[in-house]
Amino acid sequence: MKKLLLKKEIDAFRKKALKLEHPREMVIDLLRAIQDHYGWVPDEGVELAADILGIPPIEVEEVATFYDKIYRQQVGRYPIHICDSICCWTRGGEEIAAHLQQLLGVQLGQTTSDGLFTLLPTCCLGGCGRAPSIMVGKRFYGNLTTESLDKIIAQLREEAVG
Amino acid sequence: MSSTQQLLFKNRTPGKTVFLKEYCKTGGYQGLEKALKTMSPTEIVQLVKASGLRGRGGAGFSTGLKWSFFPADKPAPKYLVCNCDEMEPGTYKDGELLAADPHQLVEGMILSAYALNVDQGYIFIRYAYERQFKNLQKAVAEATKAGYLGKNILGSGFDFELHLHGSAGRYILGEETALLNGLEGKRPNPRLKPPFPAVRGLFGRPTTVNNVETIANIPHIVNGGAEWFKGLALNPEGAGTKLFGLSGHLNVTECFELPVGISLREVVDVYGGGVWKNRKFKACLPGGASTPFLTAEYMDLPLDFDPLAAVGSRFGTAGVTVFDDQTCMVAVTLNLLKFFARESCGWCTPCRDGLPLVCWLLEKIEKGQGTMADLEMLREQQRHITGRSFCALAEGAMGPLDGLLRLFEQEVIDHIDKGHCPF
Repeated sequence: MKKLLLKKEIDAFRKKALKLEHPREMVIDLLRAIQDHYGWVPDEGVELAADILGIPPIEVEEVATFYDKIYRQQVGRYPIHICDSICCWTRGGEEIAAHLQQLLGVQLGQTTSDGLFTLLPTCCLGGCGRAPSIMVGKRFYGNLTTESLDKIIAQLREEAVG
Repeated sequence: MSSTQQLLFKNRTPGKTVFLKEYCKTGGYQGLEKALKTMSPTEIVQLVKASGLRGRGGAGFSTGLKWSFFPADKPAPKYLVCNCDEMEPGTYKDGELLAADPHQLVEGMILSAYALNVDQGYIFIRYAYERQFKNLQKAVAEATKAGYLGKNILGSGFDFELHLHGSAGRYILGEETALLNGLEGKRPNPRLKPPFPAVRGLFGRPTTVNNVETIANIPHIVNGGAEWFKGLALNPEGAGTKLFGLSGHLNVTECFELPVGISLREVVDVYGGGVWKNRKFKACLPGGASTPFLTAEYMDLPLDFDPLAAVGSRFGTAGVTVFDDQTCMVAVTLNLLKFFARESCGWCTPCRDGLPLVCWLLEKIEKGQGTMADLEMLREQQRHITGRSFCALAEGAMGPLDGLLRLFEQEVIDHIDKGHCPF
């Protein structure tokens, strides 16, 4: 089974927790590390973080569920965050969202059956000068057209095979 | 076109990031050396106060005045926190600054920490700014190696440690007390004020929270002096330059460093290349999603905090989002309110329940199913929410609603009368 985090990373976090006056401040770092490694944060990830930080799991959970870029449900290999805020809206953001849903055959909030893509609406990505925009994982794509989107999805599919 | 002296974008080349060696070539860290060798912390606070610098995160409070309230004589630890959450739609200037020249912020943090006698610093960076986060990691490592960070900086006896925090989404983290909870690893609902962060901030200790652009201006003020900085603005009450992030229906949607006090006309026509598709200007958000709309009659107003407040809007973050004459302002306002409703942390009732109700009403009107009673209820919600929410988020959400009801009332009524969106 896939591990939540590498042992050496867990050890490094445990070591740092001992040094810090307020170990809890590492909670986002920890959740992000688990997510980077495992793809999302399952219940066991919340429990692991709580154990490292020495706090009850519920106190990790109330943080984890607050942030929209911490995935507490399984997502595809490429979570696609589609900006639906005002600047992207002025330059075709709704068409981009519609095109992606059509292209991938799923609605916002759903994952493709091959487990590759999850579509998630998001607020402003700070790329207002390059609207419309999306983020795939942590990669930003701006100045999108339906044609450039087709290319991006094709490239990601290739990347996944290779 | 006004020729603008470039401070913050002096080293900016698109697609490239400037690091220590090149940063030092154009005067980088000279301000820090000068300050540590020749100036007392109080002198820097006085200088910043005299420069007229006002907070670049949107509120526009005098930075020097804010600093003068900071209890610098309290024992350590004390904290300086830089807010790089930058998640208000239309605002992307800090991202541009850190993509181009991250050492400005690092030098600014050290100088500000020295001025406030603070030993610990945090830079809080939004999730989407992965590249900026990496730039800052490299800049902090370089600055540490060069002796600008750490113990006994440049032999002055001043110590300062700088930490980076990568966040994981949510606009509310830009509210300074929510941000502090986020940094502490708690659920980031805002805190009750008072006590203000200067008294009880991060981990219960005295804390100042400043925006990226605000702090990045400090080295320039130390180098150039207060009078010079004030003189950069075009209007008499203004000070300095400002990063304007252009977006929406313009031919050019880029970020420019321009003098404070520049007119909206020049920003739109000259820098923005005019409204796209040969259409006409209808309105804009002058400084982010929470700032009430400005219409064409204000084209010659100097863009600065006081002149915009005087006409019922706000300078905000100077992220200018333009709408052309074929845009439905009900639809614009609905989009903006949906953003605020979704980003509400749910802590207080006016925000958690009021904003979705406003969205529901706007959606009904936009679909042509609204009545005059719905319009009255919109006004009522505006009255109920304004001034009654726990933090500034819902207050900010009322900005565009206020603009809609004040400037585009007829457009709302047209939706109701015609039974469909006229656009």
